[in-house]
Amino acid sequence: MSKPVFGLLLGGFLGIFDGLTALLSAPETAPQIVGIVIGSTIKGVITGLIIGLVARKTRSLALAVVVGGLVGVALAFPVALMNRYYWQIMLPGGVLGVIVGYATFRHGAAPSAAAAQ
Amino acid sequence: MSVSDAALVRLAEAIDAPDLAGTKYELRGRLGRGGMGTVWRALDRDLGREVALKVMNAAEPGPGALARLRTEAQVLARLEHPGLVPVHDLGALPDGRLFYVMKLVRGRRLDEHVRGLAELGARLRVFERICEAVAFAHAEGVIHRDLKPQNVMVGPFGEVLVLDWGVAKVLGPEEAPSADVADLPPAVSAAVDPATATRTAAGTVLGTPGYMAPEQARGETGVGVTADVYALGAILEFLAGANPPRALAAVVARARAARPEDRYATVGELSAEVSRFLSALPVSAYREGPLEKGRRLATRYRTPIALVLAYLVMRVVLAAMVRI
Repeated sequence: MSKPVFGLLLGGFLGIFDGLTALLSAPETAPQIVGIVIGSTIKGVITGLIIGLVARKTRSLALAVVVGGLVGVALAFPVALMNRYYWQIMLPGGVLGVIVGYATFRHGAAPSAAAAQ
Repeated sequence: MSVSDAALVRLAEAIDAPDLAGTKYELRGRLGRGGMGTVWRALDRDLGREVALKVMNAAEPGPGALARLRTEAQVLARLEHPGLVPVHDLGALPDGRLFYVMKLVRGRRLDEHVRGLAELGARLRVFERICEAVAFAHAEGVIHRDLKPQNVMVGPFGEVLVLDWGVAKVLGPEEAPSADVADLPPAVSAAVDPATATRTAAGTVLGTPGYMAPEQARGETGVGVTADVYALGAILEFLAGANPPRALAAVVARARAARPEDRYATVGELSAEVSRFLSALPVSAYREGPLEKGRRLATRYRTPIALVLAYLVMRVVLAAMVRI
């Protein structure tokens, strides 16, 4: 599995759970949970895809992790701005980016290997 | 009497000691003796380093032996690989016997080394290094034919060296019948084991029971690279221990198949299979069930799985603590 696809799937998977946690933090959003989950999934997918593309270009794990964290924070920022809850939204977004960055760098196949498969 | 025995041994050693006068080597002591040659520790005075010097036993040279030994030395000297003991020099003693000079290998034999190596992964990584060296020799047309833990040395810095090519076979063009190196006095052998030292003529048995391929044990002349695959399978079985994982046991079984055509065709294939096992990837020798596949994937992806679980826990805790 190529790095962008791996990042995309992992980001999307985490995005789903990220959205579902709204049921805990804001139970009154239950009627809108489908839309929230779809939104957070799209955010996770975009984060994972960007990180996957970056991880494909670099040989540095540290760089992949840092970029992952920054992308996660950056994509969480508009959501935080809309809701006026900054660290509560941006911190998980950043951690998600770090995890996706690490996992994608370690486990996604490099371009040549992916092509061979 | 043990004292007398020791004295006799010293006397025999003194009588057997080669006369290195006229060479740049200075004898330091005997390392071991086999049926065809004796290995001595010596000092290369020019370079100031210790070397291993193997001298043909006095009674050994027969008609043409010197020329064949020279040819053998040239063949083995071309096996330049970090996993093979390099031959530095070839010379003749005043009494006409030929000698080889090799790197003095320091370290422990594989069977001794693994006693302190509990982790299976570390053992298998040593195995991969052995395979690299043997695969290189095969690429150069040389089959070892006596691979066993006693013929592998592991150095203090983890270097792995395959020794004792005294019964090796040199493949001719298109694997045509060719001269057996083992027909000759051994050239590359840093560890001589009299109990298993072997000699061969066409069709005779050579190798070590338990590590010898069936076709080799039958004395067949057309032994190929799969004989080394068989022996490597036996080494892998030794390294895997008493209760190996099923996938690894299947790799061993395939490498040690009775019929050569049922084994891995090359050492590279066997090594790649072990590498896949080490990376928690499926091996071709074993069809795993769904549960085993799940366990393998959990092993392979344990770090991301742990990270994702940690993330989810953090997310749930954070969501429960901070109501938006």
